[in-house]
Amino acid sequence: MTIKSVFAGFGGQGVLMMGYMLALTAMRQGKNVTYLPSYGAEVRGGTANCTVVVSDDEIASPVASSPDIAVVMNNPSLLKYANLVRPGGIMLVNSTLVGSVVNRQDLNVVKVPATDLAHELGEDRSANVVMMGAFAQATGVLSLEAFSEALAETNLGKKPKVLELNRHALQVGADSARQALEAARSAASK
Amino acid sequence: MARQLMRGNHALGEAAVRAGCRYYFGYPITPQNEVPEYMSGRLLEVGGTFVQAESELASINMVIGASMAGGRVMTSSSSPGISLKQEGISYLAGLELPAVIVNMTRGGPGLGNIAPAQSDYFQATRGGGHGDYRCIVLAPASCQELCDLTIKAFDLADKYRNPVMILGDGMIGQMMEPVEFPEMTDLASLPAKDWTLTGAAGRPQRTILSLLLDPKVLENHNYKLVRKYDAVTLAETDWDTYLCEDARLVIVAFGTSARIAKGAIKRVREMGLKVGLFRPKSLWPFPTKPLEELSRVVRHLLVFEMNSGQMVEDVRLAVNGQAQVHFYGRPGGVVPTPEEIAHQISHYYYGAHLNEDGPSRARLVGGLS
Repeated sequence: MTIKSVFAGFGGQGVLMMGYMLALTAMRQGKNVTYLPSYGAEVRGGTANCTVVVSDDEIASPVASSPDIAVVMNNPSLLKYANLVRPGGIMLVNSTLVGSVVNRQDLNVVKVPATDLAHELGEDRSANVVMMGAFAQATGVLSLEAFSEALAETNLGKKPKVLELNRHALQVGADSARQALEAARSAASK
Repeated sequence: MARQLMRGNHALGEAAVRAGCRYYFGYPITPQNEVPEYMSGRLLEVGGTFVQAESELASINMVIGASMAGGRVMTSSSSPGISLKQEGISYLAGLELPAVIVNMTRGGPGLGNIAPAQSDYFQATRGGGHGDYRCIVLAPASCQELCDLTIKAFDLADKYRNPVMILGDGMIGQMMEPVEFPEMTDLASLPAKDWTLTGAAGRPQRTILSLLLDPKVLENHNYKLVRKYDAVTLAETDWDTYLCEDARLVIVAFGTSARIAKGAIKRVREMGLKVGLFRPKSLWPFPTKPLEELSRVVRHLLVFEMNSGQMVEDVRLAVNGQAQVHFYGRPGGVVPTPEEIAHQISHYYYGAHLNEDGPSRARLVGGLS
């Protein structure tokens, strides 16, 4: 199985770090993986994105023209990727900063107020980690435990205190996604 | 050693250090800036020398100096920067000095853009600078292969006293993939060089010159180079094939476009199309002979490049009219998807009636392609 994911948002939101976390975790789980960042004139406050392909087979192209999963951290990213995700795909939306509505019935949209949740945790910068917790919960590509374990290898886990905070942030994101999915399910069954 | 998730440009740097590279001279340009970034820190750890020169010209001349003194030396750049280095590369070839030159190709001509491209194939394989010379050119298709070929590049450069070029592209440089590195090369274990200029105290003087004014002398020097290139062609031609055994159509592609083609081939194989891949890993020496042998069996070749048609000329020379050679390319830094290539493949496949059994397998279609 091959899963292509894109992560997009403002430069500074840790968008590339999210892709790196997925790629690293997938590698540690024995998967084939490619990570391709947008490169060039990227600046803090500009747009940034990266594409991660996780597969059990050899990966042909690290580029995704129609990704299975899009994680959008801000409004411009939503506008860019809303029409690209393949039918039946998953869109994870940072609902704190994304006001626009996804006008597609063939997508599984999961809204997580990642920026707000990170603020409540007392660390605004952890919004990307919160979102990765939601990613694990909503997509099932890799388990939350696998992400939590791989976190220790990244800059997000260099100090024990920071690692603990980020592991907590993963859990908070996963819980939020679970609630969002349950709410959507009960709304659909009514 | 465990697999590491590394960006191509960083993997290149680590592989170079492990191959014994202790000297790096360069000048920044996207999309290869992570090479000097990595080398600036890493060479310090192993007691090497890193210089960010004032220009590409300065850096390639520093490479000449370090190589003359016997060091394993590397420089890297991207297309416009590689053009600036050509004079020095010609000198390296003329002086018979080993060096590794990396081109993480971007879209051209001119300043172009910073997107991945394969439009420097001509420049790399024809020499690039003035004079009758060749660089050995290696084309990696993944981060692991980039690591492996970098180590090989240093060995080939020393073995043949010749510049070796790694021809990657922006995608190979920027992409992260798992990489496994070999152990550090023991510098003392490398073959001794009996030609270096390190001070003549206690031994007869040596000179290394590329100015040979007497045409007879220069002609002999050129013939010596030709003999060397013949030896390289015999021993170092490198290529890979994939599902060619029963193929009626073979895609010829290198580097990034080869892995995209492989994805496309997997798709069309699911639809029952008998398509294979021929991937040159050494662009010079080009795998002329194996391709000629293949064209005796497979009459249809589709060359796919991220340019407007360069390697296709070498393919035509190799098959020498024995097979139909068709070309598909995307220039300007566009990276096509496997879907797009799969579409091109099936379009050609059915157009040439390759789905039919019997003599149609070798039928010529549509005049000259």
